[in-house]
Amino acid sequence: MSTDAKFGRYGGQYVPEALMPAIEELEDAYRRYVLENEEGFMDDFRDRLRDFGGRPTPLQHAEGLSERYDTEVYLKREDLLHGGAHKLNNALGQALLARYMGKERIIAETGAGQHGTATAMACAHLGIDCEIYMGERDINRQRPNVFRMRLNGAEVNPVSVGRGTLKEAISETMRDWATSVEDTHYVIGSVVGPHPFPRMVRDFQAVIGEEARAQIEEKTGRMPDSVLACAGGGSNTMGAFHSFVEDEDVDLYAVEAGGSSLEVDEEGGVAPNSASLSTGSEGVLHGARTRLLQDAHGQIMESHSISSGLDYAGVGPELAHLVDERRVVPTNVDDDAALEAFHRLSQLEGIIPALETAHAFAYLEREHESLGDVVVVNVSGRGDKDLESVIEETAEREIEGAPDMDVFSGGL
Amino acid sequence: MSRSRIAEAFADGPAFIPYLAAGDPDTESTKEYVRALVRGGADVIELGLPFSEPIAEGSTIQNAIVRSLEGGMTPESYFELVDDLDVEVPVVCMTYYNLIYRYGASEAARTSDGSGAADEEGPEPFVRRAAEVGIDGFVVPDLPAEESDPLREACDEHGLDLIFIVAPTTRGERLERIMEQVSGYVYVQARLGTTGARTDVSDQTDASLGRLREWDVPKAVGFGISEREHAERIVAGGADGIIVGSALVDIVAEGTSADSRTGSDDVAEGDTEEETVAERLERKARELKEGALEGFEQRRPRPERP
Repeated sequence: MSTDAKFGRYGGQYVPEALMPAIEELEDAYRRYVLENEEGFMDDFRDRLRDFGGRPTPLQHAEGLSERYDTEVYLKREDLLHGGAHKLNNALGQALLARYMGKERIIAETGAGQHGTATAMACAHLGIDCEIYMGERDINRQRPNVFRMRLNGAEVNPVSVGRGTLKEAISETMRDWATSVEDTHYVIGSVVGPHPFPRMVRDFQAVIGEEARAQIEEKTGRMPDSVLACAGGGSNTMGAFHSFVEDEDVDLYAVEAGGSSLEVDEEGGVAPNSASLSTGSEGVLHGARTRLLQDAHGQIMESHSISSGLDYAGVGPELAHLVDERRVVPTNVDDDAALEAFHRLSQLEGIIPALETAHAFAYLEREHESLGDVVVVNVSGRGDKDLESVIEETAEREIEGAPDMDVFSGGL
Repeated sequence: MSRSRIAEAFADGPAFIPYLAAGDPDTESTKEYVRALVRGGADVIELGLPFSEPIAEGSTIQNAIVRSLEGGMTPESYFELVDDLDVEVPVVCMTYYNLIYRYGASEAARTSDGSGAADEEGPEPFVRRAAEVGIDGFVVPDLPAEESDPLREACDEHGLDLIFIVAPTTRGERLERIMEQVSGYVYVQARLGTTGARTDVSDQTDASLGRLREWDVPKAVGFGISEREHAERIVAGGADGIIVGSALVDIVAEGTSADSRTGSDDVAEGDTEEETVAERLERKARELKEGALEGFEQRRPRPERP
């Protein structure tokens, strides 16, 4: 084996035999092109990230938040990357790798639609056929992204099994891959799945932390005390954290979706949250051993979050390992706090964040006193895609300072 | 080394290996259906223990798994079902690794503080319990040879077979790795994709069987076999057994939706209105078994072609 398949006790390759040869082929391509820069792959990738993607993204000093918390808050603006989220880093990397490998077709799953959108964009940019699997429930929650994928020429396949969210979409994409593996590459959207995906996706996302580390040094002359990122599967989390893992004075906080409650309905097989680091247990799902939301028998639970992108019962194996090693602090905030943070950031900084990202800001609000003098928050994506659900969810709650969106209806 | 009960089932001609999802739609029906399949000529039974994320299954078996889980099937009720089966043929448990891996941890959780780290237990408690109720082996579709050492060790300790799948994409070193690990029989995947009945049988089967010709473990072919002629052709082509799942699960599903009565206008040929699900399964089993025997007869003389 050319690269290590495990992170401590986590990771591995738990997939049907039909996929193993493709995974070995991918492992070989990952080693040659990504790790050894064969044929100048990584130079090509970085050039495209810059010219097509718009990197580097800025590290912005957030004046409103800094004043509110009496702490220097810096924002890593992945929302300014082409497509509006960090997802392009990985999608472009994998789509380009697929082209170097001579694959003719790309498939991908998507939760909030950000990864699907990024994959569709990357495929259009590189001229590769693209099909996206998306849960029916998520299609309804994230319609703007469905349109964007289709505008970029991708086919969107609805998945109606189960609750119709990310977990089901991943299983369905694996089924497609088992049929089409000889000419198709599966662009997994996060640091999950069988080896080498968790490592490779992390390497493509590591550009976030590499830039942030250099930028904070340049702006403040020092390392931050804390780095915050929201965690679903964990791709923006690992991307933001990777360059700081060796800096032991920098605290790393993975903020999960606490949903409506951390309590679990064992009978119904439902966890009203997506906090697999905070509340899950060890198991095997979608190709890797990791931490999962599962019942006493090992059946995977339906998860919940106000943000589709965090609504997943598992988490990346490397993140689970870093939590066990006490290098990353797992934590969570609930749906209400995330929605409040969404409105707060929109008004205080003029940045409308993705609901996923809002979780990190909710944690900042709650715990700012213990985060030190210099804090970096990864703004993993922008909230345009969430507007419909934000308006709906806001109407159901009393949120201080939130605009009453009904006031204009029919009144103009 | 003595031959296992599973290997023994291949000793007298081609083996017919039906699959059902346990608990679809309930445990009593499963027992009745398994007995019907044995009457119809089953030599080994593959009994699925349903997992919530069956990534290797097509829609037919996926739906069966949903019905079973909705009916409350758990690993423990599965073991009790097998314990009650009272059939002579060997039983193979087909399931996904998380259920095997978590069983010890959830046992520990039920008896102690609740958290239960699976790593301390691993697959051994599951295998031990399986051996107790008379299970003879396992097929675990999401456990490739790379990850199978702990389960292999537990199977050796309790005398169970560990059956591996060989896919059309499996070549070279991977074949060798599987050959070292496999026991009982090797499950030859007839074509790429997921499980599901098809109307034709792929040429990929012949190529796969060709690659395994020298292996001294029985070769059973599965994925897409639904008709007598498929069974005949595959056994004539050199297979030692056939595995049939979706075509049987379809019969169970029709029975579930029609409440055991043929309510649709589109009655299959040969059906009578009074035929129960168990009777249909038995008849289908007999048909497939006869197809396999017919294929075996064709193989015997091996006439030289000019």
